[in-house]
Amino acid sequence: MITTRRETLTGRVLLVLLMAMTLLPFLSLLVTALHPSGSYPDGLSWPADPQWGNFAAAFTAANMQRLLLSSFLIVLGVVPISLLFGTMAGFAFGHLRMPGHRIGFLIFVLGLTLPFEGLITPLYYQVRDMGLLNTRWAIILPLIGLFMPFSVLWMRAHFVNMPDELSEAARIDGASTWQLFRRVHVPLAKPALSSLGILLFLWTWNQFLLAIVLVADPAKRTMAGALGAFQGQWGTDIPLLCAGSLLILTPTLTIFLIFQRRFVAALLQGSIKG
Amino acid sequence: MSLTPPGTTRPRSTGRGRRARRPRRAWLGWAFALPAIAVYTTFVLRPLALTVQYSFYDWNGIGAASWIGLDNYTRLFTEPELLATILHAFELIVFFSFVPVLMGLAVAATIRRIAQSRLATVARTVLFLPQVIPLVAAGIMWTWLLSTTGLVNQMLSAVGLGSLTRAWLGDFGTALPAVGVIGAWVQIGLCTLLLLAGMSKIDVSLYEAARLDGAGPVREFVSITLPSLRQEIGVCVTVTVIAALASFDIIYVSTQGGPGNSTMVPGLEIFYLAFSERQVGMASALAVVLTLLVLLCVLPIQRLTRDGNR
Repeated sequence: MITTRRETLTGRVLLVLLMAMTLLPFLSLLVTALHPSGSYPDGLSWPADPQWGNFAAAFTAANMQRLLLSSFLIVLGVVPISLLFGTMAGFAFGHLRMPGHRIGFLIFVLGLTLPFEGLITPLYYQVRDMGLLNTRWAIILPLIGLFMPFSVLWMRAHFVNMPDELSEAARIDGASTWQLFRRVHVPLAKPALSSLGILLFLWTWNQFLLAIVLVADPAKRTMAGALGAFQGQWGTDIPLLCAGSLLILTPTLTIFLIFQRRFVAALLQGSIKG
Repeated sequence: MSLTPPGTTRPRSTGRGRRARRPRRAWLGWAFALPAIAVYTTFVLRPLALTVQYSFYDWNGIGAASWIGLDNYTRLFTEPELLATILHAFELIVFFSFVPVLMGLAVAATIRRIAQSRLATVARTVLFLPQVIPLVAAGIMWTWLLSTTGLVNQMLSAVGLGSLTRAWLGDFGTALPAVGVIGAWVQIGLCTLLLLAGMSKIDVSLYEAARLDGAGPVREFVSITLPSLRQEIGVCVTVTVIAALASFDIIYVSTQGGPGNSTMVPGLEIFYLAFSERQVGMASALAVVLTLLVLLCVLPIQRLTRDGNR
């Protein structure tokens, strides 16, 4: 490949600049969090006496233990059910291809770009009438429905590529459709399932609108929803707000860094399919 | 699957053939799709229909609703304050969408050659960070950066532009662009990486041939890179335009729509109308318009970029 050194150098410099631009806000958040609580520090200055204790204070003030538990419970409600329902429907539309499957799938695709704000008002009254307002179910159940178009699309894309011969063979061995699904196709769908799981986890954890509208108690919300409340409460104490924000960011960041290869792959594919 | 002309023998039994022999199984697929259809109908289709229905009513959410026909929609397009929210959303497209896609293209084209290097691998992780954190967190971070004593003003003063410093999010003239900058920060990394991934699929020999023919970097970019990236560019534009039109989280935490109404967008206005001002009908009409806007913007992009395959 013909490459000049100057071009490579420009590329490297540009990449480093872009990375710096991405990281600078995080850095600013960190150094600000280390200033004395209640002070009004400059944008990017290392404090004379770093107050690491701010993180402990924010941990208590933000009620972090309960927040983590709450977000975890919500994820636990949303992700497995979405995966199951999405996989079953994806299998039906992509592999079983029953009469009318095209129309059925089209109706799901239509839901793909709907902005959540367009549905939030009736969702509020619906959830209220179901008696679920201010419970975690108020976030869990609507999210399962709202994520369904993407889940179905994602899993269908996987099942469309599975050869029919595979099912033929299982049928000859006497497998029922459910056995075929459970024993043959679900095990083969593991990579698609884990990528979808990662995306659903991320979107649930970061869900803000549903959390603030449908659940009044921050301790029963998602992390993002709770962060909004924390800002409302501690918005004037900049160092403490920064420390709290960092704490609330840490769980996703940690999980992202541990599983970063899968995350990056899922995010790239996720945007292409979405 | 291609159509088989009548009379020709099928080389292998297809799924359709089997099902023709066993009609009982043919409909079984609907049983598998049923749970998904049920939750989708309950939590998406039903609310969608209700939004449309509410939009024709004057309703405070508690008392009786009265049918007012298209009045909500007329108000939406005649009251400057409401119309402004829609215009703001379109202004945000410049920051959330155009800037990240153009910058992504420029950056990706420049770093394409080092896409396999160690630096690029690290960058893949770093540039995704804004996509991983909640948008609310991005909003809080940048509220601090853009505040009077924040990093942005500090840097401006350092390079002798101290006269420009201001409370970026509190100034009528700069609040909307400032909110846009937050959105651009969130989207640039994703666009760059998507476009880079697309570029890595382009046949290298194309570039070598162009170089031998004496094409410069610009010519190369216009004749090879850009046409090969149609689909990826389409994805970037789609994702970012939706993010701009349906923006909520960032604006809710950074400006709450202010100062005045200068950063009010449809998503936030729906929230206020429905849950603070108790104008459920009006909120629903705006919701319908927002949904239509997203569809109107996204469908043509999809058509343009799908180029024939599927």
